[in-house]
Amino acid sequence: METVIEQIPLEKTIDSSLKKKNKIEVKNVKVWYDDFNAIKGIDMNIKPNTVTAFIGPSGCGKSTFLRLFNRMNDYVESFKMEGDIKVNGKNIYKKKVNVEELRKEIGMVFQKPNPFPKSIFDNVAYGLKIQGITDKQLIEERVIDCLKQVALWDEVKDDLKKSAMALSGGQQQRLCIARTLAVQPSIILMDEPTSALDPISTAKVEELIFKLKEKYTIVIVTHNMQQASRISDYTAFFYLGELIEYGKTKTIFTNPEKKQTENYITGRFG
Amino acid sequence: MANAQYQRDLLNESGAEMLAICIAQLEKAKDAFLNHDSDLAEEVILTEIRVNALDLRIEKSCEKFLALYNPVANDLRFIMAIRKINFDLERIADHACSISKYVVEVDKKIQPHLIEAVQFQKMYDTIVKMFDNISDAYTNKYVKSARKVFKKDKILDNINTESFKILEIEIKKDNNIIAEALLLFSVIKKMERVGDLIKNIAEEIIFYIDAEVLKHQKKK
Repeated sequence: METVIEQIPLEKTIDSSLKKKNKIEVKNVKVWYDDFNAIKGIDMNIKPNTVTAFIGPSGCGKSTFLRLFNRMNDYVESFKMEGDIKVNGKNIYKKKVNVEELRKEIGMVFQKPNPFPKSIFDNVAYGLKIQGITDKQLIEERVIDCLKQVALWDEVKDDLKKSAMALSGGQQQRLCIARTLAVQPSIILMDEPTSALDPISTAKVEELIFKLKEKYTIVIVTHNMQQASRISDYTAFFYLGELIEYGKTKTIFTNPEKKQTENYITGRFG
Repeated sequence: MANAQYQRDLLNESGAEMLAICIAQLEKAKDAFLNHDSDLAEEVILTEIRVNALDLRIEKSCEKFLALYNPVANDLRFIMAIRKINFDLERIADHACSISKYVVEVDKKIQPHLIEAVQFQKMYDTIVKMFDNISDAYTNKYVKSARKVFKKDKILDNINTESFKILEIEIKKDNNIIAEALLLFSVIKKMERVGDLIKNIAEEIIFYIDAEVLKHQKKK
């Protein structure tokens, strides 16, 4: 059976992405939670249609950094930030920015599948309905398309009214990804999306990520080194709020520049 | 990771053991050949069993390391290199064994003037120096020593090329030495191959330490 990975040569996708403008541009970003300096001045450019993996030990700031891209940290009272983050060339931390609009552009998938206690159909349609879309045919088409994109359609097409809570963990996570896709973002942030899944569900989500990068830019936080090396084009290694090394995954996992990176990915850290 | 590091250390030790055995095998094969010592040659042939067993043990340990520890970066290069080094060392031991088999199978000792004419001793001495270089590079992770091997390999190549012409002249002088000359040329060829294998090992050591691929490139 031909896999998705065989269909899209990694080198080809990386090379073509190099010619494109940056999807996300981060300039000298610093973050504090009260007095704690969680991010200490990071610069980073992310190309469109690539998968970028954030790796690093717990507490290194990778999730904090990821959540900056859709302003999820705004909810934290003690949060304070300096620096610029541009998405599609626009500074997303300007006062005039409509955060709801921003989150349509930048979807997010969390560690634990979090479907709403609604039907499968309603879960995917939810984002569209709160956007005010009432065209039933459009909603139905979008739901089917998204369920197909996440390779869940064949498994649920006969019972779309079934509660999403009755699905397996892996199916729930793919449903959550479908829900994210429904509002047509161009960037998807994933915070350890497979850490609660079994190996088969993990493989399905990984294949899905690989396929989705044709249309979306994906940034993923993962503690699984093999996952980072399997699915990402670029890898960023964080430690104590600093970006230690950022480059092509192929280089990071075969011949990293920094000793700290080598020690971390070979499990000799700390 | 402590266990992975322990397994890697064990593999490293096995590689060093394989290197030491192969150096000893070639030295004994050379002595057996020069002195026509069939007892020593038999010893080399028997020791080949130990070499093969160690080869299999290293191969299995590499497989286990790859499967259980998912090595990356330096660990991955190490495991890739050690597999190839092991393969090359086993081939060197095979050559030592083949030379020893000649000693057992052929009754007559090769005439010393022929051995001298083809510079066999110089060839062997160069190989010993090359072994010293790769032993130092392997044990102390010292890339500079590994790089010294490449020039020395050219000495072996020259001796090999020259020996053909020298033996041709000797055969023209005396037709009765054809069998001896062919045998000697065959041994020279094997020694030249040993040099190539040591060169491969040097390349692998450089790859594992410096992540530099030298294969199929002009050596500096």
